[in-house]
Amino acid sequence: MSTGTAVAIPIGRRLRRFLRDQPLVPLIVLLVGLVIVLEVLRPGIVNERWIANTIKFAIPLAILASCQTLTMLTGGIDLSVGIVATVSAFVMATQVTTHDPAIAIAISLLPAILIGLANGIGAGVFRVHPLIMTLGLSLIATGGLQVYQRTVLATGSAIPDSLAWLGTGRTNGVPNSLVLFVPLAAVIILGLRRTGFGRLLYAIGDNENAARLSGVRAWQVIVVLYALSGLLAGIAGLVYVGLIKAPSLSLAVPLLLPSVAAAVIGGTSIFGGRGGYGGTIVGALILTVLTTLLTVLQVPEGARRILFGFIILAVTAAHVRITEDS
Amino acid sequence: MTQTVRRHGWAIGLFALLVLLLIITKLIQPGYGASGIGSLARAALPFAFATAAQVIVVIAGGIDLSIASMMAVTSVTAAAMMDGASEEFAVVVVLFVLLLGIAMGMINGILVVLTRVPDIVVTLAMLFVWEGVALLILRAPGGAAAEWLKGIIVGTAGIPGLPAEITAWIPKALLVLVVCLGIVWLPLRRSRLGLSIYAVGSDALAAFRSGVAVNRTKVVAYAVAGLFAAMGGLVLTMSTGIGAPIPGPYLLASVAAVVLGGVALGGGRGGLLGPIIAVFILRLVRTDLTLLSVDPNITTVIEGTIMVVVVILGGLVALRGRSA
Repeated sequence: MSTGTAVAIPIGRRLRRFLRDQPLVPLIVLLVGLVIVLEVLRPGIVNERWIANTIKFAIPLAILASCQTLTMLTGGIDLSVGIVATVSAFVMATQVTTHDPAIAIAISLLPAILIGLANGIGAGVFRVHPLIMTLGLSLIATGGLQVYQRTVLATGSAIPDSLAWLGTGRTNGVPNSLVLFVPLAAVIILGLRRTGFGRLLYAIGDNENAARLSGVRAWQVIVVLYALSGLLAGIAGLVYVGLIKAPSLSLAVPLLLPSVAAAVIGGTSIFGGRGGYGGTIVGALILTVLTTLLTVLQVPEGARRILFGFIILAVTAAHVRITEDS
Repeated sequence: MTQTVRRHGWAIGLFALLVLLLIITKLIQPGYGASGIGSLARAALPFAFATAAQVIVVIAGGIDLSIASMMAVTSVTAAAMMDGASEEFAVVVVLFVLLLGIAMGMINGILVVLTRVPDIVVTLAMLFVWEGVALLILRAPGGAAAEWLKGIIVGTAGIPGLPAEITAWIPKALLVLVVCLGIVWLPLRRSRLGLSIYAVGSDALAAFRSGVAVNRTKVVAYAVAGLFAAMGGLVLTMSTGIGAPIPGPYLLASVAAVVLGGVALGGGRGGLLGPIIAVFILRLVRTDLTLLSVDPNITTVIEGTIMVVVVILGGLVALRGRSA
């Protein structure tokens, strides 16, 4: 479409096309809008320190939301990320009392990958709906974690300095967790765009039969995908426990629904085949700023959840309107 | 006869499994009898209503993640309204709460239809919303329940014409379940509307071309789910005597029972009987593990494993059916 003929197109359709081609623009506008509202309500709140804090809290959420983004691209979902992150954090905090931090971290990521692998085998090989598979495994993991807790009652727990530095620390005002997150996000974004594995995810989500007929071994992709999702959730748990500094049996569980919300708001289609990680990161930032905004407004917990729910719904509905073919 | 067996084959198999589990229970605990069955029925009640709600939405081709939250809303509403009120007023409360459930379900359905967002996302959002509503009504567990309401699900019922030896084995909770589900389900199943629900779940486009009002049918399915969720919420208040604003583990359990009960998650297939038997099976497994004095945490692991294995076997059966 050349610019000469664009004049004839009605402004509404042109706007929609623009929004469809640039899904990040409305999200960033929404994010900036929320920050402006916050600044108007509490003048002076938005400063360097606040921005650093917001980023610190958004990063574990964004990593968890990457699990949702990747699995949603194939038409799946991973509802076990909340408990997987908690398992990793708890295992790390209890193992570090007897092991070297690096070994404790390695031990703690093992159950995360195993849970992810089980999810992938169920979803990829036995063709169980990922929603059910991951819900079931989160139930198993919850019980398993409680059994594990009994065996380590006496050992106590600790947070290694390296993770505390990563989760809470700031260098010249810049949160240290960016050291981990920026390369991670770059790998995910580039991996989705440029590598064969990334394209396979889109292909399977778009039309699994077509992908299979083209010679893709879909089940292998799914198994690797969910194992990767488990690993990412484990990493998110380690960063989060470095931030919160109090390992518990339900540490990251409340982050599960926001992680789905962040991916959905970021424009990843729950049906698969459409979306990307860039939007998800902005979605995680939006949710974190929104939480601050609601805290500042002293909105009661109940009303906060109501608003949260309707915002997820409204943003998704807007996305459906914008992206569907006219 | 053979046709009935074929149509209800899955439910019959489940029933056999249930009987087998009851025999095993009796072997583990020779004293297990009428009182055990009574407490099993009472424990299964909220799960059964949650499952019934899930079944109708799944048959209509959707899924409702907000059922546990709707149960919390209706439970706290009932408990808050009955707190300090007279016994007679409780009748009004029950009717109001049932209407509230229908209204919440309708809101879910209307939002699904209007926004054109996938069911799973809409009901995920509504899970937050109803949870928030429940928290606004009651910040912490509290309220009260009328005595006669609590009495409804405790003990056994005397049915005229049946000797006491038999009625001792029929807990009131089971009767409440059968009556409440039957009143809604049986007329619906036989009506034009029920047929439309199956048609929409099976193939929405084909249903639309055959003149089914697809959107209206979906809203009705969600509204009935809301009604069942309200019954579940009332049962929660009846059995505990208070209302708790935090949703229980009913979402996951309802999905598990739906799958184990032979209802296809794709929609358009299955009935109510299988999932309800599945609820009792899952509860009885829990009872057995408790009787064997297994650590409750390990019980959770075993429950989850059973659920996953069941679903995997279901997937295998579906795979073989496709290739055959």
